This record gives sequence, C-alpha cells and structure tokens, in this order.
Amino acid sequence: MTKLWHNAAPVLTILALLMALWYGAAVALNAAWAKDKAARADTLLTFSELVSDTMSQEKPLLPAPHQVVKEIYKTTVLKKVTSKRSLIWHGWITLSATLLGFAFGTTLGILLAVGIVYSRAMDMSVMPWVITSQTIPILAVAPMIIVVLNAVGVSGLLPKAIISMYLSFFPVVVGMVKGLRAPDQMQLDQMRTWNASKSTSFWKLRLPRSMPYLFASLKIGIAASLVGAIVGELPTGAVAGLGARLLAGSYYGQTIQIWSALICAAILAASLVAIIGMIEKVTLRKMGMLP
Amino acid sequence: MSWIIFAVVFWLAMWALNVRLAYGKQTRLVKVVVPVLFGVTLLVLWEGLVRGFSVSPILLPPPSMIAARFASSLPTLWEDFVQTFIKGALTGYIIGCSAAFLTAIAIDRSDFLKRGLLPIGNFVAALPIIGMAPILVMWFGFDWQSKAAVVVIMVFFPMLVNTVAGLSAKNAIQTDLMSTYGASYWQSLFKLGLPAAMPFIFNGLKICTTLALIGAIVAEFFGSPIRGMGFRISTEVGRLSLDMVWAEITVAALAGSAFYGVMALIEKAVTFWHPSQRN
Repeated sequence: MTKLWHNAAPVLTILALLMALWYGAAVALNAAWAKDKAARADTLLTFSELVSDTMSQEKPLLPAPHQVVKEIYKTTVLKKVTSKRSLIWHGWITLSATLLGFAFGTTLGILLAVGIVYSRAMDMSVMPWVITSQTIPILAVAPMIIVVLNAVGVSGLLPKAIISMYLSFFPVVVGMVKGLRAPDQMQLDQMRTWNASKSTSFWKLRLPRSMPYLFASLKIGIAASLVGAIVGELPTGAVAGLGARLLAGSYYGQTIQIWSALICAAILAASLVAIIGMIEKVTLRKMGMLP
Repeated sequence: MSWIIFAVVFWLAMWALNVRLAYGKQTRLVKVVVPVLFGVTLLVLWEGLVRGFSVSPILLPPPSMIAARFASSLPTLWEDFVQTFIKGALTGYIIGCSAAFLTAIAIDRSDFLKRGLLPIGNFVAALPIIGMAPILVMWFGFDWQSKAAVVVIMVFFPMLVNTVAGLSAKNAIQTDLMSTYGASYWQSLFKLGLPAAMPFIFNGLKICTTLALIGAIVAEFFGSPIRGMGFRISTEVGRLSLDMVWAEITVAALAGSAFYGVMALIEKAVTFWHPSQRN
C-alpha cells in the first residue's frame, strides 16, 4: 500500500497542478469575451460573476474541464450508440480503422524483420530505406492516399487503415530485428549442437526470445496507428470518426466538441496501450520470462 | 508491355547484383551502393509499371513526371518550404526542445517531480497530440505562429522524457567521484551529467525532427495562409494535380531526411565516445 502511494502521490500532485493550471487558463483566456459581453450589456461584473461566466460559455477559447466532462457524458451515455452525435459511434469508426491498420502493420513489420534477419541482401538494401521512410512525414501524404484510393473506388475503412499501417510497421520492424537477433552466440551454438534446422531454431529460440521486444514495439505501434487513423479522417470531409469530430469542431468553432473528441482519443490511446501491456504480462508470465 | 518486362528484368538483375554484393566483401562503398541500387530499382519499377499498365497520372504519376514538375515549380516549392519548414517547424522545434531541455534540468533536482512528471510525460507522448492543431490554430491565427505552437507541443514531451532519462544515466561511482572532487552542482552538471545524457538527448532530438515536420504540415490542414507545404498538398489534391503533390512530398522527404541527417552528424561529433558510435 505504501509502495503504491509512493508511486501515485507525485503523479496525483502533478495532475492536480495541471488541473488547477487548466482552470486558471480557462478563466484568463475566456475573460476577454465575458467582459466584452458585460460591456455591451452595460453591466459591471464582479469577480465571482466573471469566473462563473468564463466556466459556462457556449464557445469558449478554452473550455473548463467540467464542461468537457459534461459534453463527453452527454455524447456517450445519453446518446444512443447508433446516433451520429454519439462519440462512441465515432470512436468505434476510428478504432476499427486503427485495429485493422495495426494488424496489417504488425504483420508487415514481422515479415520484413524475419526477411532482414535471415537475408543479408535484404538487411543491407531494405533497412536503410525503412529508416528513411520514417523521415517522410506520411501524415502529410494522408489526404492524397485517401483521395486517390477513393477515385479507384476504395473508400471507408481501408485507406485509413493503410495510413495506420505505414505508421505502425516501423516500430515493429526495428523492435523485431533487435529481438530476433537477441539470442547470443552460446544459445545459437546450442541449437546447432542439437542439429536444429533453421526453422526449428526460429520457432524455438529466436521467436520466443523476441517477445519482450515485440510487445514494446506493439505499444508504440498502436499509439501511432491511432494517430494515423485520426489524421486519415481529416480529408474525407468530416464524415465520421474522431478526426472528423475535430475538423467539424474547428470549422464551427465548437471548442467543447474538439476537446471532448481529443480527450476521447486520449482515453482510447491509453486503453489500447494498457490492453497490450496486459497481454504482454500474461504472455511473458506463461513463457516464464517474468517472475 | 515492353515497359513491364523491362522493369521486372531490371528488378531481377539489380536484386541479383545486390545479393552478390551483400555476400561479397564488405567495403565502405558496398554499404552505400547496395541501398542506393535498391532505391533506384524501386523508382525504375514504379516508372515501368505506371507506364506499362498506363495508369492514369491522376492516380499515380510516374517519377519522371514528378521530377519535371519539381524542376518547373522551384519558386513555389521554395516559398512553401520557407513557410512550413523554416518558419513553422524549425522555430517550433527550437523553442520546444529548449523548453523541454530546461524543464528536464529543473525537475532533475527533485525526485518527487521526476516521479510525477515521467509517467505523465510517457502517457502524453503516446497521445494523438496532433489533435491539438485545430485548437492552436484558433488561438494563434492562421500564420506560422500556430504551426510553431503545434510543433512545440508535439516535441516537448518526447524530448522531456528522453532528457530526464539521460540525466539519470550517470552512475553512482561517477557521482561519488564528482563529490570527492568537491564539485558544485553546476560543475557536476556540465562536466558529468550533461555529457552522460547526450546520447539520450540526441535520441530525443532525432525523434523530434520527424514530429516537427509532421506537426507543421498537418497543422496547415486546419487553416493557413495561401502558402505552405500542407496547404499546397491539400489544395492540389483537390485539383487532382498529383504531380505537384508528389513534388511537395519529395521536398518534405528531402527536408525530413536532411534534418535527421544533420542531427545524426552532430550526434556523431558530440558523442564520439559512446559505444554505438565506435566500430
């Protein structure tokens, strides 16, 4: 218990500080509009009136946290899931693109890594380009991929998933190459003394050994996939998904809507990473790699 | 048809050559030639397939067409580059990385703050921060200031986490040695803490180069003056002149790789002592 407290206390303190900072900033940023409104109505605001006004504006520059929470509650619990105003519906659309892209990206990443580890030619020619591919800001290319695929007749989930795939395959390649090369010479020699074939030593030694690396990469990859799916939704013209909520919110100045979509995306990212963390723990424990 | 056959034959020949080179003697030249050949092959394959299957240039222009467009619209590309990269990305990168660096040094002295900020920093680094872009565009206006602000927020946390990790890279024996020398806090920071942190700091700086460029370009999708790489990409996609989009992507790729390369070179000069730099 004391250990938990030892870890949680600093985090909670910082969180409380951030919350206070947020409320302070909300008052400071929204005060101008509140004063403006009061001046037009020829009234003078007392300080407490000013504060309460800054917390309850329709389109504030920075909504206060409780306004965002209220909006999220309104659009998740109170709305039907099938409604186009439900954040759960939009979240599901983003999530499905994320998961599909993540699955593609992970598969591609693992295949590339196996190729790179087993073929010298592939290692030398592909690896530098894999690294270069990440210095290209793919998110900037997203609108083109969407529009072009749309022109060919592919729309909906797949184009977004392709962007997610591009963002998530990189961490998997890098992690898996490291992981598949993690067995040391002694272990490889041991396999050789047992006269193990290449495939046996892959399945029984290299692959199990690479699991910790794989999970570390998967956590980065799924967060990147989510970003890809959200950005992929921007150029489709704000139809559906969390990215579309962001864009629609920014068109109409609905700041509360932007923030609630943003917070939902954050919660989604955190839960996805947490789920992979849990799978990691269970798997590694079953494999005897964790105490 | 002849284009397709040419492309495939070229691909096979180059691959065979690469395999020979890769399993042959490892000279410095070979290490450069192999990936370059692979890249050239990809371009030839792209050109050949696009021409062979007569893919419409509205869907995928061949590299030669992109190169021609690139050469003919240099002034526009340069203007966009200055707007997005120099004004937006670079300013934000410098402000964000220095702010994170100073914050890291400040919180390094307090164990409490470090234990509080690190999990939050790690959490925020995994969030889709790019979603902040519309809000920041609303706050700072359409010009480059809002793009720089997006970049600042995007690079801050990865840089913070890396610098804090780096500042705790020194080991107990080294700190003890500094205290036997009677070194002050600042002396041991500059002579021990920072040099030991450099590999981590540069790791953060390198990660942030890509983030900065992505942030600056994507922020332009939410509103920008009539120049900038993100603006050009989104409007030219709308006009279906994909060769211009690809030219813009080429600029982004070159700028991104050069930015990363410069950081890697500086890293090599600064952390020449680190095992990963020696071989």
